[in-house]
Amino acid sequence: IQDNKGKKKKNKKPKKKETVSEKGNGEGSGAEQKEEAKAEKSEAATAFPPTFSVSEIKNKQRRHLMFMKLKQEKRQQKMQLKKKKKKEREALGDKAPPKEVPKTIENQRVYDETTVDPEDEEVAFDEGTDEFSAYFNGLTNPKVLITTSDRPRGRTVRFCEQLATVIPNAHVYYRRGLALKRIIPQCVARNFTYLMVINEDRKVPNGMVLCHLPDGPTAHFKMSSVRLRKEMKRRGKDPTEHSPEVILNNFTTRLGHSIGRLLAALFPQDPQFVGRQVATFHNQRDFIFFRFHRYIFKNEKKVGIQELGPRFTLKLRSLQKGTFDSKFGEYEWVLKRHEMDACRRKFQL
Amino acid sequence: MQHDDVIWDIIGNQQFCSFKVKTKSQSFCRNEYNLTGLCNRSSCPLANSQYATIREEKGQCFLYMKVIERAAFPSKMWEKVKLSKNYEKALEQIDENLIYWPRFIRHKCKQRFTKITQYLIRMRKLVLKRQRKLVPLSRKVEQREKRKEEKALIAAQLDNAIEKELLERLKQGTYGDIYNFPVHAFDKALEQQDEESESESEEEEEEEDEEEEEEDVGKREFVAEEEVEESDLSDFEDMNKLRTSSDEEEEDEEESSEEEEEEEEEMEVEMKASKSKGKSPANGSVVRKKRAYVEIEYEQETEPTSKSRTTS
Repeated sequence: IQDNKGKKKKNKKPKKKETVSEKGNGEGSGAEQKEEAKAEKSEAATAFPPTFSVSEIKNKQRRHLMFMKLKQEKRQQKMQLKKKKKKEREALGDKAPPKEVPKTIENQRVYDETTVDPEDEEVAFDEGTDEFSAYFNGLTNPKVLITTSDRPRGRTVRFCEQLATVIPNAHVYYRRGLALKRIIPQCVARNFTYLMVINEDRKVPNGMVLCHLPDGPTAHFKMSSVRLRKEMKRRGKDPTEHSPEVILNNFTTRLGHSIGRLLAALFPQDPQFVGRQVATFHNQRDFIFFRFHRYIFKNEKKVGIQELGPRFTLKLRSLQKGTFDSKFGEYEWVLKRHEMDACRRKFQL
Repeated sequence: MQHDDVIWDIIGNQQFCSFKVKTKSQSFCRNEYNLTGLCNRSSCPLANSQYATIREEKGQCFLYMKVIERAAFPSKMWEKVKLSKNYEKALEQIDENLIYWPRFIRHKCKQRFTKITQYLIRMRKLVLKRQRKLVPLSRKVEQREKRKEEKALIAAQLDNAIEKELLERLKQGTYGDIYNFPVHAFDKALEQQDEESESESEEEEEEEDEEEEEEDVGKREFVAEEEVEESDLSDFEDMNKLRTSSDEEEEDEEESSEEEEEEEEEMEVEMKASKSKGKSPANGSVVRKKRAYVEIEYEQETEPTSKSRTTS
């Protein structure tokens, strides 16, 4: 039977792998079941040869019918199995073995050696002396300059404006063909802490360069699924001027930590709880989802959130040590697709 | 011998010219020595034995000239003159070299030279400006990323995560005293549990009362129904008075009223039973049944009963 399974896999060009294995599995048992079914239906006991498989029938309609039958039987078997298991579980009551946890990608994630331990002293020391320490110690207030690539289209312009309402103390300036390397010293002179460049392609924003200014790191993200405020369903009114709170979820590794700090330093240190606004950066499988909500506590156990403001997802492409310098900069981390995308359960952030 | 007309007759009009590109409105000449780029009798380098062009190589412009005397030596046919980088000087050079040549060729040469210098200038300017780097996207990779993003979004369950985080912060007290909830979440939870248990006990009491009433009702059937309804059903006193009055108003026949009262009793029983289980929808359904007879009274009925329940 195993030889036949191998043969079947080579012979067919299945759309899904499941059908192959099912057919392969179903050969022996399916054929028998078909025998039984047929025997029940029609009295003539037509014995199928044991190497029979559905794909050998040349007639498309009949083959389709047989396949459907096979699938139905499989499904029935599965249901019966489930029922049996459930009964057993109920019968055992308390002694039943604990329910099996389904495997998810998050469960099966390859352990990353750079995962930050909350009590790690080295990490704490590093973070005390890195470029963001000034911000986290309360010395500097964030001031963000938002700009775009050359000749932005309407969508990008509106997105920048909305971003400027979300991030307090943010200013939007038109690019007008200026070189970034020349803008940066001017920004530093005017006490900006962040330079954010939204790159645009085919009338849609698709990239973001986030540069921490007094020679801080530069992160280049790929931006996708940008939704403007008017495209949101069930959204609330426009965000107010209050500083929002910041939620950073799931930044576990060293790299994730530094990106998290980079994103957190965009917002002022003291959120105004009166405004009841919260900006969330949620990292899931190396995608950072940004959402902006207004929350209200209904009681101790329930909170309602209402989405306002734009939403987008980011994927980190590169992290560079100094300010923006694509040619001569020292790259701390670069997305190497071939290496990093090879394993489905390995994530960097 | 160079017979330009014959050549033109053949390649221009009748037969094939490999440099000719025909479009709907015009035909072009792909010959690299062509002066204007169009396929004309005067622009064809094959059909003119005396011809001149301007061509540029790596930013340097050259004047090429062809005369009939060298028509027999194809390798030495074209005479190449380097033009100066200065625009005016180069024009003078062209004039000087093409002196006594047909006006058309001279004019077109100068025009071509002007055009070439202009585009060379633009090229040099563009190199100085910032250049867009085009990065090719692989469609397969992009689709894969998109699908991964969607799955990650589903796995993230953002709303739940945000709500959980906010509640955690509330519990830890980062919000201070802004919200009126007590500091310890457990107390509140306990209070909630107490309330639930109290309401459960109330319901049990109600059920008991109703059961007793049901029993009495069963017994009452032997006795006159009107008296029993008014006296024993303390909860429904007001309702009964109103009902009886409405009955008197609506129906004259006692038999029919009795029957209706029986029905109403039964309906009452049903109502109580259903009230013990689930509150408002049962009321609604019962109200609908009785609407033909009494409408407003049932609304009033519910209010006093609810009051009585909370006090008990």
